[in-house]
Amino acid sequence: MNTEISITPEIAIANLNQKEDLGLRYYAAWWLGKFRIKTAIAVESLINALEDKEDRAPDGGFPLRRNAAKALGKLDDLRAVEPLIKCFECDDYYVRESAAQALEMLKDSRAIQPLINLLDNAVKDDQLTNYALDPVIGKPYLNQPYEAIIEALGTLQVKNALNLIKPFIKHPTPKIAYAAARAMYQLTHEDVYGEILVSALQGEELQLRRSALMDLGAIGYVKSAEAIGEALAENSLKLIAMKGLLEYQVKRDQDNELSTDSIKLMNIMDKLL
Amino acid sequence: MTTETIINPVNQLILAVEKAESAPQLLDAVTELANFQSPEAIPTLIQVLGYNNPGAAVAATEGLIALGECAIEPLLRSLDQYNYGARAWAVRVFAGIGDIRALDLLINTAINDFSLSVRRAATKGLGSLQWHQLPSAKIITTQTQILDTLLITINDGEWVVRYASIVSLENLYQAIDISHEYLLNKIEEKLKQIITEDVEIAIQSRGKLALKKIDNKEYLI
Repeated sequence: MNTEISITPEIAIANLNQKEDLGLRYYAAWWLGKFRIKTAIAVESLINALEDKEDRAPDGGFPLRRNAAKALGKLDDLRAVEPLIKCFECDDYYVRESAAQALEMLKDSRAIQPLINLLDNAVKDDQLTNYALDPVIGKPYLNQPYEAIIEALGTLQVKNALNLIKPFIKHPTPKIAYAAARAMYQLTHEDVYGEILVSALQGEELQLRRSALMDLGAIGYVKSAEAIGEALAENSLKLIAMKGLLEYQVKRDQDNELSTDSIKLMNIMDKLL
Repeated sequence: MTTETIINPVNQLILAVEKAESAPQLLDAVTELANFQSPEAIPTLIQVLGYNNPGAAVAATEGLIALGECAIEPLLRSLDQYNYGARAWAVRVFAGIGDIRALDLLINTAINDFSLSVRRAATKGLGSLQWHQLPSAKIITTQTQILDTLLITINDGEWVVRYASIVSLENLYQAIDISHEYLLNKIEEKLKQIITEDVEIAIQSRGKLALKKIDNKEYLI
């Protein structure tokens, strides 16, 4: 039995707008994003859910807001931009993280300054501060969702955030350091940042190698092709990363003609099938 | 001479696989056994496919592919006792070896399997079969059957299965005898359609490359 089939957009929206069953609302918010229901009523209902006060996690968080923010990132409706920016004021770390990720996906420049503001207190004299390094006491997370913030600034091409992003390359949390390398590459196209991610492909932990693979694919660092081919990870993921490289290379090729670089990438992909 | 009967390295390597106590130990032992390339290792390597340890399964799969045809019969016999995960690894072995005895399994898997990476592997395998294993009278009917399959998998919802379909169409084109112009034209037409109609840049590009390789000339849109 597949619940995804039995639910319709109308049912999901009704479920989201009722107040009695919190579980149904939570699921409905996820569902509307997953199936990219882009109607005005879906978007408006999700925006309303960003201010929900009913659904509270034991830690005081707002689970429905988190899901609603994630969903809005997938619906391409720019009416969500301001309400998502407002989420940065929320006490819930995960709401801020979901909002930053959603704003990255919506690629609207109104998000730039609010994202930069989230890096307040994190960098002093080109060094990370304790505020940027220390976890919130008793919590598994830091003061701000730095990985999401930095990735968003990279995607939004915020060149004047370079000096704020660069120190994060030395952050002890690998995924934050990778996000910084990824953003720095997107902003400067200097190989040194791509190579940081290439070295990460040699890391001990499979999770981190996967993360580096996805980052390399996302930035289209073509010089990493051989290293991707040889990385210790699933071929499925390597193929996704290689696809990112290929798309990047093909867009640079002249006259719709396949370049030798593109052909080289496809030869590596063929071997991974 | 006497030392050979006392110290049989394959048995030692097999024993190491059986006695491995952790995932890294198992991976090391399987890798060594696979690299040894002895047919005596086949039953153990086949067993490893069912261990639910992806690293070790990759090593065992590669070892079995390198061993080639002699791994096919024992692997086909094990299929019935296999769970889904182990069957998926077995399909990768069959696809890698390209043995005709696994043809029906590959066709069925390429179209119907629920996992995209298994469909991908099976689809890739269909383009690189050991044609010399077939009696010449059966070659063209088999190739037609495979073309029909690839014309289905080329519509898969997952880009990577479509990518594998193109690679296989290209390989199939090279394998088909030039007297069967109808089949060759059908492949070429399909590839021309893909380079303009598929939504993915990666697929369009691989289609162009395939056309370039089979025609040995430049393609411009």
